[in-house]
Amino acid sequence: MSQEYEVSFPVEGENFVNAGKASVAIKQLLKGLGIQDDILRRAAIATYEAEVNIISYAQQGTINVRVTDDNILINIEDIGPGITDIEQAMEQGYSTANDRIREMGFGAGMGLFNIKNCSDSFEILSEVNKGTLLKIRINR
Amino acid sequence: MILREIADLLDAKVLAGEKHLGVEVKTAFSADLMSDVLAFAKPGSIMITGLTNPQIVRIASIVDNSAILIVRGKIPPDETIRLAEELDIPILSTQYILFETSGRLYANGIVGCIRKIEGPRNVVPL
Repeated sequence: MSQEYEVSFPVEGENFVNAGKASVAIKQLLKGLGIQDDILRRAAIATYEAEVNIISYAQQGTINVRVTDDNILINIEDIGPGITDIEQAMEQGYSTANDRIREMGFGAGMGLFNIKNCSDSFEILSEVNKGTLLKIRINR
Repeated sequence: MILREIADLLDAKVLAGEKHLGVEVKTAFSADLMSDVLAFAKPGSIMITGLTNPQIVRIASIVDNSAILIVRGKIPPDETIRLAEELDIPILSTQYILFETSGRLYANGIVGCIRKIEGPRNVVPL
């Protein structure tokens, strides 16, 4: 019998102290659903990077996780500056991070690259001065 | 090596997770860039870092690090230690620098959780 599970976490921009909190909670929830360890890790790593991106660049955002029989679908949507050049943003080492982000151990231009590596499918939709939507699919 | 032996070898203080000192560690990953820890650290490895903010604990929980070993004598803020107790991640702190720490562990049989990065790491188009 098919069973779906869905959960959403709000993420507040500039809330550096809580960076990663939603992703740790998501990992625990997915673990509780009996998701296999390596799949669980990939989902958690992808959400962590995306969560840090919201905190670093956007005003606010939401991480939505939907678990189906076949996939984990993660949509990360934010209200923020958007990405001017998505291809450039995907390049390893390209970053517009400030010191605050770098002090935390992020902002080296690895985030989107890491997300892509963890995903079976990864799509970025962005509108400048409006926001960004990341669509991640990880097969179970 | 078990965590207790690592603490002894490096004269490290145990700041969290005292009850896990019997856990065996075979591999390590050293980095001050948390994105690289997310990308490359493997389950069970010990994270060796000079960072002390609460993020290191959340990252360790995400990648299933066995423990965090803080170098260069840094002592993390209380919130990092509290979070480590909450998420059950041991934290050790040593005066040794990252290079010395890594070298001493390597000489005692701990190896990198991966040896090197496979393939080029440059532009990756969507």
